[in-house]
Amino acid sequence: MSDLRALYQEVILDHSKNPRNFRVPDPVDHFANGINPLCGDKLTVYLHVVDGVIDDISFEGSGCAISTASASMMTQRLKGQTVEQANAVFEQFHELLTSSVEQKTSDDQLGKLSVFSGVREFPMRVKCATLAWHTLQSALSGEQADVSTE
Amino acid sequence: MTALHPQALISENLRADFPILQQKMHDKPLVYLDSAASAQKPQIVIDTISSFYETGYANIHRGVYKLSQDATEAYEHARNVVRDFIGAAEAREIIFTRGTTEAINLVAQTYGRSALGPGDEVLITEMEHHSNIVPWQILCEQTGAKLVVGLMDDTGTLLLKNFAELINARTKLVAVSHVSNALGTINPVREIIELAHAQNIPVLLDGAQAAPHMPIDVQALDVDFYTFSGHKVYGPTGIGVLYGKAALLEAMPPYQGGGDMILSVTFEKTEYNEIPHKFEAGTPNISGVIGLGVALEYLQGIGMDRIAAHEAALLSYATEKLEEIPQVTIIGTAKEKAGVISFAVEGIHPHDLGTIFDMDGVAIRAGHHCAQPVMEHFGVPATARASFGLYNNFEDVDMLVQTIQHAMEVFS
Repeated sequence: MSDLRALYQEVILDHSKNPRNFRVPDPVDHFANGINPLCGDKLTVYLHVVDGVIDDISFEGSGCAISTASASMMTQRLKGQTVEQANAVFEQFHELLTSSVEQKTSDDQLGKLSVFSGVREFPMRVKCATLAWHTLQSALSGEQADVSTE
Repeated sequence: MTALHPQALISENLRADFPILQQKMHDKPLVYLDSAASAQKPQIVIDTISSFYETGYANIHRGVYKLSQDATEAYEHARNVVRDFIGAAEAREIIFTRGTTEAINLVAQTYGRSALGPGDEVLITEMEHHSNIVPWQILCEQTGAKLVVGLMDDTGTLLLKNFAELINARTKLVAVSHVSNALGTINPVREIIELAHAQNIPVLLDGAQAAPHMPIDVQALDVDFYTFSGHKVYGPTGIGVLYGKAALLEAMPPYQGGGDMILSVTFEKTEYNEIPHKFEAGTPNISGVIGLGVALEYLQGIGMDRIAAHEAALLSYATEKLEEIPQVTIIGTAKEKAGVISFAVEGIHPHDLGTIFDMDGVAIRAGHHCAQPVMEHFGVPATARASFGLYNNFEDVDMLVQTIQHAMEVFS
């Protein structure tokens, strides 16, 4: 029960029901599609990057609470960041989801994203939480191919 | 709540035959509602396989020694059990495969490759599992034939009139699921077979979801090919069955080449073995076949009619209970259904439902059920699916309902 509460925190449920930046920005210069064939989640991440800085970031699609909330909070966290900073945040986020013990680093860049720490107890759901982030990386790398979690 | 339960048709004692159901999951009693994905195994299947390896194992159709003779007899006895289970005329009409998927691929690559050419058609339905779609797509690419799809309505019922109209002189094979895995719909296979046979077109039935739940009689159906999987009929994984009418099987080219499927081999010419051996190249899944035979004997001991009635009672109780929850939509409401109930809960993605159910000890399937065209028809990315086996009881359905309530609380 406590694990479930840790997974479905208020913030996560709020973002899954009312996703932020759920739109196509104008202009768009990078985008990519991500799918999780296991559960049918599909989303598209859009970016407008100016001089290495993420000027605008948004997404559209359908998915479970974890993947939708993760995409929504990702867009909030990364808007205004440089591409390098975005990659560093993803690295820490991935560590948060997959490390066996909670690690507090001195340069914690996750902020509100740390609410996803509960996903660690649900290995089957890590792919839900990382779908938007893998799709972001694909969009930034300029590969237009679809990303799959499988 | 229990006082309101309809009369259970199968004794609670049978539940004790399944050791896995005695354990806890996340400190809760395990409620297994995913038998359509794979059924749990009774002790007798587990024991038979382990004692075969401990005391009876040898390769078959080869050795002159007693151990090999006994193993061969046990293997061929299982073939006869399968014959009896589906009402086939002869044991040689039973081919052992890895599962339903391989059985369908076998027919596509042997019968299909030799019978189909450019412009010919294979007719399936909109509610097929991917394993009864993709093998035909591969065949169509190889031969220039075309895949034609019969439609269903919004209850998940096949539109039989539309289906009849799609059968024509170019149709060379009709391949239909007996029971839909995603919706539970029981298709009107008798009518389909009559329609196809009226134009001399053979019919393959994907029986993966039918064989565990109802009596099957291939001769009464007059079906040409019937396929099912061992693991869904409470037997081991990696074993399945292709039934084919002897005349069809004899005319078909072999599927794979190798040992056991030959009479004589020279570098100039190979004589193929008789059916069924022509289609069983290489050392087969001997323990799987023996385990499957025992599983089917176990089901026959209970009676497929009783199992069907028991699961129908569970389905009707579950349907009634789920319909009482306003936030729940049942997907697949055909009049004729087997023990599968696909559903959506308003505002909760099936994947999230699956996780919350798991924490309550309830195992259901969440996803597209390897039937993406079905999901597309209903405009959903996925569904949650509860499916019943002979070991389920009315308390399991009550737990399903309670867990849906719990999920709605978590998401409220």
